[in-house]
Amino acid sequence: MAVCIAVIAKENYPLYIRSTPTENELKFHYMVHTSLDVVDEKISAMGKALVDQRELYLGLLYPTEDYKVYGYVTNSKVKFVMVVDSSNTALRDNEIRSMFRKLHNSYTDVMCNPFYNPGDRIQSRWALLPVSASSPGGPYFLCPIQSRWALLLCPIQSRAFDNMVTSMMIQVC
Amino acid sequence: MMSKNDGEIRFGNPAELHGTKVQIPYLTTEKNSFKRMDDEDKQQETQSPTMSPLASPPSSPPHYQRVPLSHGYSKLRSSAEQMHPAPYEARQPLVQPEGSSSGGPGTKPLRHQASLIRSFSVERELQDNSSYPDEPWRITEEQREYYVNQFRSLQPDPSSFISGSVAKNFFTKSKLSIPELSYIWELSDADCDGALTLPEFCAAFHLIVARKNGYPLPEGLPPTLQPEYLQAAFPKPKWDCQLFDSYSESLPANQQPRDLNRMEKTSVKDMADLPVPTQDVTSDDKQALKSTINEALSKDVSEDPATKSGLLPPPPALPPRPCPSQSEQVSEAELLPQLSRAPSQAVESSPAKKDVPYSQPPSKPIRRKFRPENQATENQEPSTAASGPASAATMKPHPTVQKQSSKQKKAIQTAIRKNKEANAVLARLNSELQQQLKEVHQERIALENQLEQLRPVTVL
Repeated sequence: MAVCIAVIAKENYPLYIRSTPTENELKFHYMVHTSLDVVDEKISAMGKALVDQRELYLGLLYPTEDYKVYGYVTNSKVKFVMVVDSSNTALRDNEIRSMFRKLHNSYTDVMCNPFYNPGDRIQSRWALLPVSASSPGGPYFLCPIQSRWALLLCPIQSRAFDNMVTSMMIQVC
Repeated sequence: MMSKNDGEIRFGNPAELHGTKVQIPYLTTEKNSFKRMDDEDKQQETQSPTMSPLASPPSSPPHYQRVPLSHGYSKLRSSAEQMHPAPYEARQPLVQPEGSSSGGPGTKPLRHQASLIRSFSVERELQDNSSYPDEPWRITEEQREYYVNQFRSLQPDPSSFISGSVAKNFFTKSKLSIPELSYIWELSDADCDGALTLPEFCAAFHLIVARKNGYPLPEGLPPTLQPEYLQAAFPKPKWDCQLFDSYSESLPANQQPRDLNRMEKTSVKDMADLPVPTQDVTSDDKQALKSTINEALSKDVSEDPATKSGLLPPPPALPPRPCPSQSEQVSEAELLPQLSRAPSQAVESSPAKKDVPYSQPPSKPIRRKFRPENQATENQEPSTAASGPASAATMKPHPTVQKQSSKQKKAIQTAIRKNKEANAVLARLNSELQQQLKEVHQERIALENQLEQLRPVTVL
């Protein structure tokens, strides 16, 4: 089960971040942020010639002592980052892939909603604002293009997406 | 008795037509000729007692407060209340089960006619005396008709679907917030394909109307709004024979051309004057509204879809009956300038757009002109008492030229009378719409000011 799931836009700002509430969310935000570098590295490492054959699933980005971070990139350069607990050794690669696939499907459903502007935040019932009171001045102040998500874009409410993420945090799907 | 009949007819017919005001005089004089759809009339009559409409809709100020959006129109409502029996009302029993709310319709005076923005005529009061717990999510026949008509106005083919952008522009006119609209979309678009089929559209529309009336949005799509349920409960073929499909040879379709032909005979000049001024107003209103909405929402939706949506059949204040709004028929005959008989209300109801789908039918009605003439005059006869024996003579269906000309004359005279009445009504409506336009402009200015205030913060 995932401890933290994040959806990052093409310009490397977060569209959706959600972590299990009991943990220190700031730490997860930071982990996701640092993982973006690894994602970019993996994307560029594929080479321009192979861009069509590039697989969407990036695999393990980097392990820490407590957590493992997995990545997934869509063809429109939207990145999904998932942080799982290292102690959960039962998680296999296939399961992570299937979780990412489901996340991708939910994300496309969100995109199909005409009231959703690509680039808007995805509203979550649980994590209203990634850099809200819970994590003041979170890691994203480091991101140069972070301001866009900060204030005014009207987030859409996608309960289906939220429910999908919730289910991922509860169990492996 | 007469009043009740009038009430019933007013209840049914105006709802069908866009311009309720216009319809009232027509209805009283042309009750018999107006037989568009016999089944619909019956339906209306059966429902009217329960709806207990409009005979004398008492105003209920407290109800208005529940719907904050109606502030702009409260004046219109109160003034128009007595004048225009809420045929509109009948339209929106949103959450009404047929049996409930005997008092309901009375409390919902439909003032909405001139609602610039909404076809949803949201000002309807919710009747919470529904006897069934899930009743709010059950679509009644009236509502179904209305939704289907709106669907047709957006997409002529009922088996096809409405694209996301088109639906978005349409639903944005409901003035619900974007998160709510996106949530409604999420509920109603069951297959998540970014387009709405007819059942999905009906479900979405129903949710919007319910939301406007104060019902909280459900966690999940209620079973009565599921697409499968809707398709099973309301078989589509019934609607295929409706007015809009004038290619059909069904009875209603025949009657429509008959009416149309009758109207064609009326002097074109009479018709030409009326709609034009209101049309101008409507287009202006449309533009004002569109720009207001765009600014209010701070959306970077391009203006093109917005203006295009202005052409879309906008929320007629009354859920129009799928009836041959005679005006629509006329518009076909008279082509574009005529449109606005119907739209007198719904300013936006881009008559222009409606004309497009209807532009093809004109050839058929014209062809049938001579054949149904006799029938048309037959229909007229009962309404014009003066015709008397002369009409009896002309009742015989001989397609001779002389008889046709006399029938034509009578038809023309009747039409002239009707047109004069319509003219008066439209003029009044025009003034009301101008008032609304001013209000909307003021709103727009206020919103622009707000936007300016917010702008420094949004600099990225």
